[in-house]
Amino acid sequence: MTLLQVEDLAVHFGGVKAVDGVSFNVEAGEVFSIIGPNGAGKSTIFNLISRFYKPTRGTIRFDGQDITAMQAHQIGQLGIARTFQNIELFDHSTVLDNLLMGRHTHRSTNWVQDMMYLPKVRRSERGHRRQVEEVIEFLELEAYRDKLIAGLPYGVRKVVEIGRALAMGPKMILLDEPASGLSVEESQEVAFWVEDMRRDMGLTVLMVEHDMSLVNQVSDRVLAVANGEALAMGTPAEVQANPQVKAAYLGTEVD
Amino acid sequence: MKVIFKTSYDNDIDLHEDWWARGKLIALVAVMAVLPFVVGEYYLAEATNTLIWSLAGMGLMLLVGHTGQASLGHAAFMAIGAYTDAALMNIGVPWMVAFPLAALAAGLFGALVAIPAVRMSGIYLAIATLALFVIVEEMIIIMEPITGGVGGIFAPSITIAGVDFDRYTSLNNFYWLCLGVVVLVTWLYANLLRSPTGRSFLAVRDSEVSARALGINVTRTRSLAFGLSCAMTGLAGALMGHYISFFNYELFSVFISINLLLVVTIGGLGFIQGAFFGAILITAVPQLISILRDGLNSTTGIDLGSVPGLDTLIFSCILIGFIIYEPAGLYGRWLKMRAWVQLFPLARRDMFRRQKTYIKTERMR
Repeated sequence: MTLLQVEDLAVHFGGVKAVDGVSFNVEAGEVFSIIGPNGAGKSTIFNLISRFYKPTRGTIRFDGQDITAMQAHQIGQLGIARTFQNIELFDHSTVLDNLLMGRHTHRSTNWVQDMMYLPKVRRSERGHRRQVEEVIEFLELEAYRDKLIAGLPYGVRKVVEIGRALAMGPKMILLDEPASGLSVEESQEVAFWVEDMRRDMGLTVLMVEHDMSLVNQVSDRVLAVANGEALAMGTPAEVQANPQVKAAYLGTEVD
Repeated sequence: MKVIFKTSYDNDIDLHEDWWARGKLIALVAVMAVLPFVVGEYYLAEATNTLIWSLAGMGLMLLVGHTGQASLGHAAFMAIGAYTDAALMNIGVPWMVAFPLAALAAGLFGALVAIPAVRMSGIYLAIATLALFVIVEEMIIIMEPITGGVGGIFAPSITIAGVDFDRYTSLNNFYWLCLGVVVLVTWLYANLLRSPTGRSFLAVRDSEVSARALGINVTRTRSLAFGLSCAMTGLAGALMGHYISFFNYELFSVFISINLLLVVTIGGLGFIQGAFFGAILITAVPQLISILRDGLNSTTGIDLGSVPGLDTLIFSCILIGFIIYEPAGLYGRWLKMRAWVQLFPLARRDMFRRQKTYIKTERMR
């Protein structure tokens, strides 16, 4: 089943064609990676799916529904979670609160009930807490539960951000360079987590990544982009063997 | 150092971590409740003033400290609260009805204004709220039949079920009334912060982008915060009206807005307790200055009573000092001192270095 359907997607900022006519389908339960040199438009594609940018042209369908005209905050409610390339956590809150904020789309109480803290609020809080605790266990964040983000090392923050996305209980998760700035061991852990997300949680993973060993290890299919256009799509090996992709990464020979 | 052993999720959900913390708060409220029997009328009136300032401070704290939006116009919402309350009571509405309506009027007005205003941030929002303040001030003067215009308005004394709560004839009762309102609002505020709504405020403050990615409607959340903040401030304004008894638009000058910002900044942005610390400072310092001035006059004969702007100068120096040396405010300093005592003798000098970060409100974007 096709979960995400991107058709002829384009966004132009003035004369800059950041993304220009990219189409791809992501199947449910698949790990799909987007690779490409810097400035190729990978993160822009993510921002278009999150509706942070308004596409100039093209459609995005998720789960059979056209999301091209939706507001950014409605995307989360559909079951699309994401992380950011430059960590965007809530610095002055604890790890636990950050993860609980990920439960926002599942809230069942309004602000009046919240202010009175009716028994209903407590019940739903316990429920959120249980879900978050599962994420904490999955990502082994127990030691950091009550720590403020502002004091945490980079590697841990990266993991907390993945945790916050998982706490949303999404259908699809967009990981924007999950392994950037991580050590070899840490990115190996990310690889295991991505595998587990797919296998145990049944998640569809859409990933932008530069670390080719991670891409090769976890991806079912890879899309290579350069200058806002799709170059090649297929298994990791196929894409890396593609002469156009090689040229985009290494440059072409001058005769 | 005390370690809390948590056995259920409720440990984290509860307002207090254990009965010791809860007991301390109950003791504080008890001490506040018996204050009329301990101190004289003058100091009781000052304590009432402090309570009203804490209430207004909490209102602004919700906005500045917890949602990251600046406001230079909160005196306007105090004025709306005060005038609504007084005008309704003047046409015979009982206080029990007029008081919540005052909060509603200020809150609704705030939320309405917020819809366009929250698209701005930082210094731009501050200027917009300042402009709003000027508009409200002019409106008060123009709407003379209701507000008494330049002449002013009289806030009738409060009577609930035959019991008199007048500020002059039964100050004790008025003090308890203010204390009751403050305790109630604090409880509601604390509940808000441990709930999904409060978390969405913090989310909007710390990272708007990821708040949106998490499904939070940023505009709606900011408007709600604005409305709630204004409602709280409106309550404080209504009480302030009764405290002063007879007032005109000059009571709610721009200096009230600035003092409120001082309350939340010096008190400690992002902590409810900060509003109280700040309010105590802002009401105690002028008293302290006048006591010192009198002392100086009687011992050395130097009369500083004629020096204008001395209070403002001292306040400004305090504010600058805090922003440079203690961005976390009085409450932040208190937390650090407490940690130092708890860890004694293991506390290190640089233990809090990482925490010297400014919350986003103060940055320009």
